[in-house]
Amino acid sequence: MRILVCVKRVPAPGSKINITADGTAVDTTNLGFTVSPHEECAVEAAVQLIEGHGGDATVLTLGAVEAGEQLRYAVSVGIQRAVLLPTAGEEWDPQRTARAITSAIRQMESADGPFDAILFGNESADSGGFQVGIRVAHALGRPMVNGAKGLSIDDGIARVQREADAGRETYELPLPAVIGVKEGINLPRYPTMRGRLASKKVEVASIDPADATSGPMAGAVTGPTTIALRPPPERTSETVILGTGPDAAVAVVDVLDEIGVL
Amino acid sequence: MVLLDKGPLPNPGGSTGHASNFIFPVDHNKEMALLGVQSADQYRELDRSVDAGGIEVARTPERMDELQRRMTSATAWGVEAHLLTPAEVHELVPFVNPDVILGGFYCPSVSVVDSLDTGTLFRNEAIETAGLQVFPNTEVLDIETTDEPATGLQRVTAVVTDKGRIEAEHVVIACGVWSNRIANMAGATIPLVPAVHQMADVGPIDVLAQTNNEIAYPIVRDMDTFCYERQSSGSMEVGSYAHRPILHHPDSIPSNDEAALSPTEMPFTPDDFDPQMEQAIELMDMLGDAEIKYAINGLLSLTPDAMPCLGETVEVRNLWSAAAVWVKEGPGMAQVVAEWMTFGSPRVIDAHGADIARFYPEERSDEHIWARAAEHFNKTYGIVHPAEQWETRRELTVSPYFSRQQDLGAFFFQARTWERPQWYASNADLAERYGVTEREVEWDNRWWSPITVGEHLNLREHCGMVDLSAFQLFELTGPGAVEFADHLSVNKIGPVGRATYTPWLTPDGGFHSDLTMHRLADDTVMVVTGVFDGGRDLHWIRKHMPRDGSVTVTDRSREISTLGLWGPNAPALLATLTDHDLTQEGSPYGSIVDVMLDCGGTDVAAKLFRISYVGDTGWEIYVDWDDGPALWDALMANGRDPFGLRPTGAGVYSTSGRIEKGYRLQGAELESEYDPLEAGLARPRVKAADFIGKEAYLRAREQGEPEVLMCTLTVEDATDSRGRTRWLQGGNEPILTLDGATIHDSHGRVSRVTTAGYGPSVGKQILMAYLPRALAEPGTDLRVMYMNETFPVKVVGTGGPFDPDDTRLKS
Amino acid sequence: MAPVANRTVLAVVEHDRGTVAPTTFEALTVARTVSDRVDALTIGATADAIAGDLAAYGVASVHQVHDDVLTDYGPEAWGEVVAHAVRALAPDVVMASGTDRGNEVLAQAAARLDLPFAANCTELRTGGGDGGGDGDGVEVTRIRWGGSLLEDATLPGGITIVTIAPHAVEAGPAATPGAAEPVPFTVRLDRSLGRSVVRGRVEREAGVTLATAPVVVGGGRGVGSAEAFAPLEELAAELGGVVGCSRAVTNNGWRNHADQVGQTGTRIAPEVYFACGISGAIQHWVGAMASKHIIAVNTDRQANIVTRAGYAVIGDLHEVVPAITAEIRRRRRD
Repeated sequence: MRILVCVKRVPAPGSKINITADGTAVDTTNLGFTVSPHEECAVEAAVQLIEGHGGDATVLTLGAVEAGEQLRYAVSVGIQRAVLLPTAGEEWDPQRTARAITSAIRQMESADGPFDAILFGNESADSGGFQVGIRVAHALGRPMVNGAKGLSIDDGIARVQREADAGRETYELPLPAVIGVKEGINLPRYPTMRGRLASKKVEVASIDPADATSGPMAGAVTGPTTIALRPPPERTSETVILGTGPDAAVAVVDVLDEIGVL
Repeated sequence: MVLLDKGPLPNPGGSTGHASNFIFPVDHNKEMALLGVQSADQYRELDRSVDAGGIEVARTPERMDELQRRMTSATAWGVEAHLLTPAEVHELVPFVNPDVILGGFYCPSVSVVDSLDTGTLFRNEAIETAGLQVFPNTEVLDIETTDEPATGLQRVTAVVTDKGRIEAEHVVIACGVWSNRIANMAGATIPLVPAVHQMADVGPIDVLAQTNNEIAYPIVRDMDTFCYERQSSGSMEVGSYAHRPILHHPDSIPSNDEAALSPTEMPFTPDDFDPQMEQAIELMDMLGDAEIKYAINGLLSLTPDAMPCLGETVEVRNLWSAAAVWVKEGPGMAQVVAEWMTFGSPRVIDAHGADIARFYPEERSDEHIWARAAEHFNKTYGIVHPAEQWETRRELTVSPYFSRQQDLGAFFFQARTWERPQWYASNADLAERYGVTEREVEWDNRWWSPITVGEHLNLREHCGMVDLSAFQLFELTGPGAVEFADHLSVNKIGPVGRATYTPWLTPDGGFHSDLTMHRLADDTVMVVTGVFDGGRDLHWIRKHMPRDGSVTVTDRSREISTLGLWGPNAPALLATLTDHDLTQEGSPYGSIVDVMLDCGGTDVAAKLFRISYVGDTGWEIYVDWDDGPALWDALMANGRDPFGLRPTGAGVYSTSGRIEKGYRLQGAELESEYDPLEAGLARPRVKAADFIGKEAYLRAREQGEPEVLMCTLTVEDATDSRGRTRWLQGGNEPILTLDGATIHDSHGRVSRVTTAGYGPSVGKQILMAYLPRALAEPGTDLRVMYMNETFPVKVVGTGGPFDPDDTRLKS
Repeated sequence: MAPVANRTVLAVVEHDRGTVAPTTFEALTVARTVSDRVDALTIGATADAIAGDLAAYGVASVHQVHDDVLTDYGPEAWGEVVAHAVRALAPDVVMASGTDRGNEVLAQAAARLDLPFAANCTELRTGGGDGGGDGDGVEVTRIRWGGSLLEDATLPGGITIVTIAPHAVEAGPAATPGAAEPVPFTVRLDRSLGRSVVRGRVEREAGVTLATAPVVVGGGRGVGSAEAFAPLEELAAELGGVVGCSRAVTNNGWRNHADQVGQTGTRIAPEVYFACGISGAIQHWVGAMASKHIIAVNTDRQANIVTRAGYAVIGDLHEVVPAITAEIRRRRRD
């Protein structure tokens, strides 16, 4: 089985995110970097599939050379190969990103054969676009379901479960397929020390993303384009302190009564 | 009493929140060792401590030697410790690979403590007993001060927070890695820098989880890789002091809101940690397959000299520092500061090494703090020689003779910021002349030269000239100057033209300082003190000086330079420069005379202070800084022939010359834990005038003979078990009875070596140590431990073995 | 912002086999601020009956699509339908709610149209209106970082495809109801699109879910252990609600990820949210902030959650929560 998992390097901020002076980006001074939580689960899902079925998994990212750190993270938990689509570090919009990834996948597949499954995270933690995996799947003509909270592959079929209001839905996608993974599908493992040390030795392959996104391939219009980032307005309601300790229970229940949930 | 914290409680986001929380009670430094033990006991009393035991393992022969040295320190501080073979280490910690280690140093009382909870308990106690009010999530925006014209200092008046302003008589900054930032708000400095200590938590590991215990296996310090492995329930914390120094400015530390984990748990930089992973796996193979669940670049505080910052800041009165304190010594250090504020000086221990006043202005700059922190970070688990010198930030302060000394091949030791020749390569012929050779064991020979013995013997035979420009000179002037000087000093300030050698006492009657006070005029007294104590002494002056403006203090340290000239030929040599009567009549011992010295045609005004710290007659010669070179050149020109003058290093002045005479040194023999009676510096009568510590001093005198006496001992045979002659370094080596037992007095003070050195003129190694009176009798046979072996020593008495009648001084 | 004449919004109605997703009405509420002409698209025959519900929200026409492939939800089939509708109807703005399905379907449609797509917008400012933007471009405000940051961004001119962040606005009927006139819309769908249609489902057991519960009792790190959630369960049961938790709880293994409220867990909007022993890290807050009323129970008066909540009790949740349950029971007995 051949699996590809696509990840994005994102900062790991605290509860307050600082914005750069020009207002267009997150100030990453003193921030660490990671892959989005959904993508950690996608990497884990890929590793589990390979452990169950044999074969090998490749991790891919589009980003600055520093994103090699995230590729190595994936390798350190059990992914075999790493591919970087190097950029100058600027933010790429979803369409350009999807085109570059699609093109890279085509190159890899023409060299080494098709991927049985391509995994994405449900959405990236930073830009929250909800679309790159879907665009790639469409471009490749493959079935795609986002939000996977369960995944198994048998007999050429990827069985995907996902949560909906009414219950758990099942999808059966014929391979090759693309799946957007959601946190909760598994509990991702952490790298071991040996895994970390081994990941240092893996050679990161590089595929230039520029060809796919410039010239006649570029397409007419893409977006969205960031003008500014800003914190959301603070909810300014005064907190009513209902009391201290268990004695406050009476006041709490008064409030519940008022709201009408008793 | 109000407690402010920017963060939430009980864990406001500082270093304590992520500390590994273990205490290895053995340190070569007395303050750190004893406060570590004392702190560990405080945690135990609160039941917030588990004695897990700990093992320092060695991978190299050099480290095995260091472990022998640690055994010696363990003996001095009364800490149980054992040297283990690799197999024994493996027995205690079965997952240690015995093949990569040579042995271990096992300390059963190594403890793991709950520092956060201890903080909560202390806080609650203060709430209950002292009405402490606690305000978490309250940011300090400013500290207000007011001018104090009499001292030229500021005095703290109020703290401004984001929730309001609080007027305060005293303010204590215990803000960990942020302390300097907060101090700066008041115009003060707390010289420390936040530095990264990497830590990774790996697990789960079955063998650990099966213990069902927070910590069941001894902590392992892998000393040669600068790493430790500490069980934390089912996983192992691997901490490192091996990575490159990573320093942060306190302003750049993220807030609680901005931090992904906490402000002091910075993002892990794995590339820095990779080498430690390989080494950790070598030692404990199981670590390789454990998951790295949590890894941080944890911040801790580093200072320029690796010691804490305690006490009142020198810039702002009533603004106190309790900073650069780690979990391992936290409760003890807190007690030090509390006692300092309450009683005027710490009681639990002499804290001169941690006194924030020790730093000179050059040592308070970010440039200096960063350079030194970066230099010593990797020595956290290093093997550090007692005489080890810094590589960075040299030549911060040099005497007027510096270029001449360089030309003479001076080997400089840095005394705080001051460069002082320890010996001169140009005197190599003296070593040959006196037949002095290198020492057999490299450790004993390190930071030492046979030349220093040659310089010593030359001084005794002819004469030597010592650069004393690093002396710190504080001029007290004004109508209240003499009265104030007397208020500081045990001994009475003499008439104009006399100098008084005197202790300054703490209010409890222990030594704060030991120095000379020169009465230069009716209204002028010059305080002359050593370079290691200048900062502390100047602060002491400012702290105690009258507020009515009747005294002014001026730092003259860089306006006046001092040359010491001693030896049998010193009077004759000096006579070539002046017609003044240089006999004991014309220039008596303890007198200061103003003379004009003819320095190669240039008249140089000088003060000749007849005194000696080396046991031979001579003078401290004080001249204007700019006149110094002329004096140096004149002495050198006239001195070589026929007087045998040699420039002579501090190796003679501070150690060999001094201890042959049994002279005491502040910070070594003289500490606040001892009084003048014990130190043998009490005079027959006590002056009528009041002085700081008088009451306590009188009480001690009333009690009669002191329990211990400062003694000089000689090493009778320094041959070790391998047949090598060893040379003691003076690093708190314990004095033992002939049965091998350590010696304590009723206060628990241990008899240990305060200074060690070779006495070339008596041909023996000389030690200084406080001994109980019964053992202080001359001729008493005892033993001393060095590198975990014991050697026979003999008590000389309370004085030194060389020229006990001072005939040479009086000549 | 005033609606702009001569523009059309096509709102994609999210439903599950005929049951409309409530956030669709929020999207329609926003749609009316963008344009005075709002049409809807319902996909599958099961959705035909929804048309009646849409009138109140000012929908003019309801384009109804029927196809065998559309008997149940399928992201590719739905996306294909939307793409066809956009090509055929040429709306200025295509809009849905920013739910799992809403985002998925519009991303599928945008992929097919090779047009930009902006997910989870809170506001649209169209060119020529009063909201700025130049020419026919559109400026949007959308949430990023799960709501920790807002982004102002431009979309190029042409057809604008957006989803509206759930709970960004409160759904409200139009001043003047629309006709909601059903209009059949015919597309020929390739049978292969059935490959990603729901194959089966396990219906949730009867009862409330985290996403729909009127009361959620949330526990954080301060709860201390899996066992210590029992009093929270009791309180939730007493109020017909469910228990939720913070990410710290999930990471400690005390509760299943399905109970996690937050950016990467479930976003909730109950009448009352009890936040017990929860500090209020942003990751959690963005999942809980749509709650109508928040009652924080925390020992720290300065905890983020306390300062953001409408009500707070300062105290140990292990004492306070059982006391609340007891008080409710006492009143019900009386």
